[in-house]
Amino acid sequence: MLQIIIYISLGFIFTGIFFSTLRFIFGPTAADRTVALDTLTTIAMALLALLSFIFNRYIYIDIALVYGVLGFIGVLVIARYLEGAL
Amino acid sequence: MNQILEIIGMGLLLIGSIFLFLGGLGIFRMPDTYNRLQAGTKATTLGGMSVILSVGLLEPDWFIKTLVLVIFIALSNPISSHALARANYKRKNYPYLKGGKEYDKYREVYQKEEEETA
Amino acid sequence: MEKITSPGKFTRFVMSWLILFVVWLMFTSTLAVQEVITGLITAFLIALFTSRFFTCCDFSIFSPVKLFYIFIYFFVFLWALITANLDVARRVISPKLPINPGIVKFKTKLTSDFAKMVLANSITLTPGTLSVDIIDDTYYIHWIDVKSLDPEEVHKDIAEQFEKILLKIF
Repeated sequence: MLQIIIYISLGFIFTGIFFSTLRFIFGPTAADRTVALDTLTTIAMALLALLSFIFNRYIYIDIALVYGVLGFIGVLVIARYLEGAL
Repeated sequence: MNQILEIIGMGLLLIGSIFLFLGGLGIFRMPDTYNRLQAGTKATTLGGMSVILSVGLLEPDWFIKTLVLVIFIALSNPISSHALARANYKRKNYPYLKGGKEYDKYREVYQKEEEETA
Repeated sequence: MEKITSPGKFTRFVMSWLILFVVWLMFTSTLAVQEVITGLITAFLIALFTSRFFTCCDFSIFSPVKLFYIFIYFFVFLWALITANLDVARRVISPKLPINPGIVKFKTKLTSDFAKMVLANSITLTPGTLSVDIIDDTYYIHWIDVKSLDPEEVHKDIAEQFEKILLKIF
């Protein structure tokens, strides 16, 4: 039961990553690409937490946390740059 | 007790992954950057929060660490979307408006600044 | 720009020490003696250098009345987050994209900077709204389905439920 639900959720998450990546590739402006990057960061955090449960490795949750912090700072820096304040 | 936690965890996992999928789809379908931000931020915030919380429920030893992640997502996502929205307006990418120009109240601020410098 | 309102030097130092220590405890998620002592020293050192940037609140935040309102605020916020997501899901799935976007503005009654930040974050996560900018006490909000352009009605629709509680906390 648990295994089937994990497979279904992985399918949904990968479809979401697929659509965000399309926007990341085709986005007409730089801001659109950054929005897609922000969304991909959050999805990747959730995916890392789920992988840590599947492989039963506690350390992946720490990796998800570090990835989230770095992605957040990166998006803020890009936003400041687009604004012209950097 | 463990059985109940497991069932709640599985439900949260399914709901969260559906919301993550909707976030990706919303980013793909919406017509301009501001609407993409709306769909992307909200759906992925709730989706990510519930997927991570479900991991904490399925593996109760990790619950506190997953709580840190949930709090971090809830605090950081609105801030980055706000910064992106303001940066996008300052680059003169005006929002898509269905009802005409008077639906954009933010334009006044920049018009005033332009008149003062001119 | 008005000056940032903040409590005294000592209060700020102790509050940031306390918050940093709680964050440390959640990170390590253990109560072993050596971890706790390392956490106390690390939090002390970081608080020494960064407490001048701390603007949140003073000790009165721990009074039972305020804690009760923070508890209430948490549930109001959670409910708004869930309805927001159902709303966005409905708009994304329906094939005709029922949106009527625009940027509206309203004035807030809040005075403290931290409370304004909390209100802006809450507005971003509630149904169909995204805060674009705050200039003094005027909020500029991108609304996915504009119902009214009048600042009073916008305030009533978007911000009133959060502002009532935030006025009691800060």
